[in-house]
Amino acid sequence: MANALAPQKTMTLGEGGLALTFIGLALLSIVVAAKAFTPEYAFHAYLFTAASIAAVFAIANRYFERPAEQPALFTPDGRPNYNMGPVKFATVASVFWGIAGFTVGLYIALELAFPFLNLDLPWTTFGRLRPLHTSAVIFAFGGNVLIATSFYVVQRTCRARLAGDLAPWFVVLGYNFFILIAGTGYLLGITQSKEYAEPEWYADLWLTVVWVTYFLVFLGTIWRRKEPHIYVANWFYLAFILTIAVLHLGNNATVPVSLFSPKSYIVWSGVQDAMVQWWYGHNAVGFFLTAGFLAIMYYFIPKRADRPVYSYRLSIIHFWALIFLYIWAGPHHLHYTALPDWAQTLGMTFSIMLWMPSWGGMINGIMTLSGAWDKLRTDPVLRMMVVSVAFYGMSTFEGPMMSVKVVNSLSHYTDWTIGHVHSGALGWVAYISFGAIYCLVPWLWNRKLYSLKLVNWHFWISTIGIVLYITSMWVSGILQGLMWRAYTSLGFLEYSFVETVEAMHPFYTIRALGGFLFLCGALVMVFNLWKTVNSEAVAGEAGLQLQPAE
Amino acid sequence: MSVWQKHAIFEKNSIVLVIGILVVIAIGGLVEIVPLFYLKNTIEKVDGVRPYTPLELAGRNIYVREGCYLCHSQMIRPLRDEVERYGHYSLAAESMYDHPFQWGSKRTGPDLARVGGKYSDDWHRDHLRDPRSVVPGSVMPTYSFLAKTDLDYKHIDADMKVQALLGTPYTPEMIEDAVKDVEVQATTDSPDAVDLGKRYAKAQARDFDGNPARVTEADALIAYLQMLGTQVDFNMYDDKANIR
Repeated sequence: MANALAPQKTMTLGEGGLALTFIGLALLSIVVAAKAFTPEYAFHAYLFTAASIAAVFAIANRYFERPAEQPALFTPDGRPNYNMGPVKFATVASVFWGIAGFTVGLYIALELAFPFLNLDLPWTTFGRLRPLHTSAVIFAFGGNVLIATSFYVVQRTCRARLAGDLAPWFVVLGYNFFILIAGTGYLLGITQSKEYAEPEWYADLWLTVVWVTYFLVFLGTIWRRKEPHIYVANWFYLAFILTIAVLHLGNNATVPVSLFSPKSYIVWSGVQDAMVQWWYGHNAVGFFLTAGFLAIMYYFIPKRADRPVYSYRLSIIHFWALIFLYIWAGPHHLHYTALPDWAQTLGMTFSIMLWMPSWGGMINGIMTLSGAWDKLRTDPVLRMMVVSVAFYGMSTFEGPMMSVKVVNSLSHYTDWTIGHVHSGALGWVAYISFGAIYCLVPWLWNRKLYSLKLVNWHFWISTIGIVLYITSMWVSGILQGLMWRAYTSLGFLEYSFVETVEAMHPFYTIRALGGFLFLCGALVMVFNLWKTVNSEAVAGEAGLQLQPAE
Repeated sequence: MSVWQKHAIFEKNSIVLVIGILVVIAIGGLVEIVPLFYLKNTIEKVDGVRPYTPLELAGRNIYVREGCYLCHSQMIRPLRDEVERYGHYSLAAESMYDHPFQWGSKRTGPDLARVGGKYSDDWHRDHLRDPRSVVPGSVMPTYSFLAKTDLDYKHIDADMKVQALLGTPYTPEMIEDAVKDVEVQATTDSPDAVDLGKRYAKAQARDFDGNPARVTEADALIAYLQMLGTQVDFNMYDDKANIR
């Protein structure tokens, strides 16, 4: 069938090498499955086998289908030939995992209010579902949003095609396979029980390979740029990718019991492990949930508002200050513990200082609307993103306050922490993500957003949900903290522990209602996006332009 | 203006930007983490802290597997109400052999750092099977499957070998006898319990789950819970000697 004049089609080094690697991985995982210490681990080994075989077939199939020449870097009219396939996949995956993560969150919220929902089964206990919830929302939903937007933004701001041929696909598919291994592992009891770093050694190893590829694709695209300057959003994406790699390696330095065992032991122990864990844990917040999403803010808000970033100088100061200060803040998770006081004091001091660069980012985001404030009235997508930055400002004020030792002595171990996390996670991370997704889907699929009215409904339903969530957690957290330290006039502790648990019930119910509303809002978004993708394509290039607000 | 223009070096050279980021993020972590490995007062000098017995280690692995730390801390802070509710504040030395640490960050349930010896084995067995049968207001999940599941301990020596590699003082003898020690510790009045006690000071050996016929996951978990916080004798502990 090959045209005699067409160049000879040859398999690239990448295609051949990757296919061979996957054949090797498939064979290795079959051996591991056969000799695995536990059936759960054997199941994971079979998943690796199946995925490797599927990858080999996909690579071969793609080779036979593709033209002999590699895709051009530029279209004939001189525009960059953007590679948006992986971006589309990650966008769809983020919406899917978002709904899954919110649903599990709602379920475990209900478990705390109505414990019979644990169902007396190993797989559905709060202890196994809670990491499923946190990983699904942070790493699956948030991670896919970050990969999708970073691959989109780096191409557009560098005016260059994404580096690599198979590599971007390896990143998105490999990352989502990591999510699958991690999530099923939690249900089956495979966990390190290090908060937000629960996946076991083999999942960590896989993620390391994926993450290094992610970094190389991102950096390789920057190298292709046609703009002399690297845009500010890409500084934040780079800081996020690099720092997460460092943190991941430091906090997952484990020795497996055997190649055939899912179990490993971390090389750190006790107080040192605690410090390493919260160096990791707080900077998963600082770099995954903050720096990465600030990058989203720095691209999507100016784009949507059609205004330049408020202050270039502020973005320089707050970028360097933010990444320098954040890394110190970890010990505020360990106030009054057996961690030496000098480390606690450092953690508290830097956490308070962190307030400033955080608000620098907030000011830069919100003030970008200068001259376009009227759009808040007419464009609910922009409103969602601006409110997200306001939530960011609120929770980055609350955080430094809670890191003060006397405040922390009350708030630590209570629901106040949970409320604080969710004002950041729902208000900031999820809202800026929703805003970006509402922008991305019409741009990527070359469609007009189906309904702005439904975005408005999403916004208000979810906002009421967030308000119910965080206020109920403030009340329950402060109430429980005060009950624990309450004394009778005779000098005895006033409440037994379980009395303080019983007092939480109404607030746990209200919290679940808040979560339910947040989930409902997200389902409205799914419907809206579904109708958008399935609508008529916008003619010509219009789909790539901003839709005027109506 | 000139200072701002100098920033262009980061904006125009991706490798300079990458190196700049790495340098800036390395400082805080290095300053806070590295000294913990060489400052001698990081971990208090106390008597009594020993590595986990094989059965306790297996129990701890179940604690880790089930994510108990998500609702139970193991870290009593030096605050009046906590010390009165749970006992002496936790020392760094008490978790020095914990890979990973399980201090936790949330108390949906009470702190467990000193739960050892506070309740009977029977109470623990009933509480794991159905928490609300002994604590009506509890919101803890039921863990009835633990007493029905045989403990998988045939590879526990491999676990101890790795821990020894990481610095836990397990002797070759302890590792060699690991599988046998699990069975000895889970048996009431075993003649070999004396030997076990020599290897692991104050190790409690008995049938923990009320079912002498089997070594179950409940045996291991209860053995772990019953030793938590019991190693250091605080009548003998001089807290003035360890002011940090």
